[in-house]
Amino acid sequence: MTPLFRLLVALVLALFVTSLLIGPAGVGALASLKALVLGGDGPLPIVMRQIRLPRALLGVAVGAGLGLTGAAMQGYLRNPLAEPGLIGVSGMAALGAVIAIQTGASLAFALALPAAALAGAAIGIGLLVALAGPRGGSVTLILAGVAISAMAGAGTALVLNLSPNPYAANEIIFWLMGSLADRSLVHVALALPPMALGAALIATTARGLDALTLGEAAAQALGIDATTLRWRLIAGVALIVGPATAVAGAIGFVGLVVPHLLRPWVGARPSRLLPASALGGAALLLAADIAVRVITPERDLKLGVLTAIVGAPLFLHLIWKTRSGGRI
Amino acid sequence: MVALVATPALAAPARVVSMNLCTDQLALMLAAPGQLISVGSYAQDPDLSPMADAAKALPANHGRAEEIYLMAPDLVLTGQFSAGPAVRMLQDLGIPVQILPPADTIPQIRDQITRIGDLLGRQDAARDLLARFDEGLARIPQRTKGRALFYDANGFTAGGQTLSDTILTRAGWQNIAADLGITGPGALPLEQMVMATPDLIVTGARWPGQSRAEAILDHPALRHAAKVPTVTTDNTWICGTPFILTAIENLP
Amino acid sequence: MLRLENLSVIRRNRPVLKGIDLTVGASEFIGLIGPNGAGKSTLMEAALGLIPATGQSSLAQLPAAARARHAAYLPQAKEIAWPVSVRDLVSLGRLAWPGGGGTSADRQAIDRAITRMGLQDFTHRTAQRLSGGEQARALIARALAQDTPLLLADEPIAGLDPAQQLATMRLFAELARERRGVVASIHDLGLAARFCTRLVLLAQGRIIADGPPDEVLRDDLMTRAFGITLCRVQTPDGLAILPV
Repeated sequence: MTPLFRLLVALVLALFVTSLLIGPAGVGALASLKALVLGGDGPLPIVMRQIRLPRALLGVAVGAGLGLTGAAMQGYLRNPLAEPGLIGVSGMAALGAVIAIQTGASLAFALALPAAALAGAAIGIGLLVALAGPRGGSVTLILAGVAISAMAGAGTALVLNLSPNPYAANEIIFWLMGSLADRSLVHVALALPPMALGAALIATTARGLDALTLGEAAAQALGIDATTLRWRLIAGVALIVGPATAVAGAIGFVGLVVPHLLRPWVGARPSRLLPASALGGAALLLAADIAVRVITPERDLKLGVLTAIVGAPLFLHLIWKTRSGGRI
Repeated sequence: MVALVATPALAAPARVVSMNLCTDQLALMLAAPGQLISVGSYAQDPDLSPMADAAKALPANHGRAEEIYLMAPDLVLTGQFSAGPAVRMLQDLGIPVQILPPADTIPQIRDQITRIGDLLGRQDAARDLLARFDEGLARIPQRTKGRALFYDANGFTAGGQTLSDTILTRAGWQNIAADLGITGPGALPLEQMVMATPDLIVTGARWPGQSRAEAILDHPALRHAAKVPTVTTDNTWICGTPFILTAIENLP
Repeated sequence: MLRLENLSVIRRNRPVLKGIDLTVGASEFIGLIGPNGAGKSTLMEAALGLIPATGQSSLAQLPAAARARHAAYLPQAKEIAWPVSVRDLVSLGRLAWPGGGGTSADRQAIDRAITRMGLQDFTHRTAQRLSGGEQARALIARALAQDTPLLLADEPIAGLDPAQQLATMRLFAELARERRGVVASIHDLGLAARFCTRLVLLAQGRIIADGPPDEVLRDDLMTRAFGITLCRVQTPDGLAILPV
């Protein structure tokens, strides 16, 4: 392991433990960890195991997933502006999740929720690859992303507004901004297996993404099968972004910020950027989730608010660099 | 309209429109036959209103100025939180509108009954209703049962000065949210709720359809935390009316 | 090394490559010449199996990994998408080999390619920040690291300064002397005549001439293909060819 990877692993571990120790219940660190590991009577083991543990686990998984898919999509589209949240893939996943919830499908069959979100994400990334494929430029990518995001957002709002439930309409903000508050181990069990499968698929694209550095034709001549690579990427992204969005909402900018920050540290090689971005994404989302609990302990400040505050200026900076013709 | 405004306040209004779920119910209880010409549409929803059947006999309004103006009312009753632009417009059009505050405590409910009785010119009916309400309250024994917590969608609880607090405490339960210093409705993080180890959890009624806000009520931690089965509120927990007697009696 | 039989490509209902028969042997440096749009790039892409084509290509029939170990390809677009180091860029040539760049055989091939292209002092520099000529050298080093008997290069000297053009042509001729086969599309007829062992003239999707440079650079063929004639000037360094 290179020093960078050791540092990232240590950071994720430290933030994971911090995440477990932060909460409104205000219990000492030692007592909390003891209750988490050893259990026991009273309410503390319930708080640690049923409330904080799923939150921290989802922070790691969702953050890692978003960082990984961001790095993979950027490598495939050869464009540093690509990111699941920003260009509508998460939005389409949210639409799928909302449809599954509002039609009652998720009540009848628990896996319907991640499955529908996965289908939404697959349609989103599929549309994007078709419109802005590896030969499309930044402008095509952003325009396609704006169109897909708008469509997904409108669809989500429509479904929620048609709901007979008065709370549903107010939940547009959750689906747009994301939150890890009050998630349970049920959500962890629903989201983690497909996300792990997606990560395994993305890992197999590493060589192909490296080869794409030289362009599509050169990559093919290096023995990379373009069709296989495309389907693995689409399936991998959908398997990760779909379930992640189904349980945590659409959290933007993680997949943009993390690969951008880490690229110089891995020599810009896409295959090395994948694991680094997964670790970096986990660290960023854990940190953001700790921050929302520290800043507004009583309210559910949405995670996407924080990630957008960090990410949107960076996005503008990247557009500026692309605009002036400079390389990223 | 000018003539209506000039009508002496002493004369009982003949065409009363109520546009708030809670004033709807009290007006239905107190009005003379034919005096109340329309109630809000929520009053007809059995999930929200214990008087849905009676309300269905009247035309419903949806709180819009235009429809209410066309009913030519000589008195409009509404609640504080329903008083939006529609109410301002009705007032501008010269229609007398009475905005009533929510009644969350037993004295407030008694005042509300008296006030609506006065507004409708039905003081006798109000006195009868109050007598029956007091009688019902007297039948409920003063007891101490344990510590209870009201928990609703989005992790909202009911602290002191709320109708839920009134119902819980009159039924003999100690309201944990009020003990935690919460006044009025307020958010209570799930883990604090678990740490409070309530003896009883009262959750809000579920609306049709699904929402993330209500998903918190299905959180496994909630099941683990409750030592007794949770109780779900019904349409008698929403408005400060004598129906809270039913809510109190239905609590364990 | 490469055998094409009746290779044809239809793009948007228009035939762009019509019945190409071509055999490339070891030690041959074939200059693919012809006007823009004659089908030179299409011929290479079809030979590699990168685009759908009818007819036979000995290369396109191979499984992807075996093909990549048999032929290296330098596309016309000199693309470097990410700010990778020169060494990382060159090591991409080893992706087709079992180690994928990690074995000692891989490292030796990478070192040889870097040394051969004179890039020893650039290995840790970011390839994107090099000059155009240096980038071209790094990309050729990548193809050399692939260590294939055959090299297909699409306009490898376009956009290079005269010294770099000369160096590249010398390198390709040298590769051919090492018993490799080299096919490169070239617009500079003078350089093609000086360095290539054989020229293939393409026009409107067909091979209209194939043979030693003297035979192919005939005025009637040049007029037919380009609408030009050539002025030949004998110089102490060899034959200079000026299009007129």
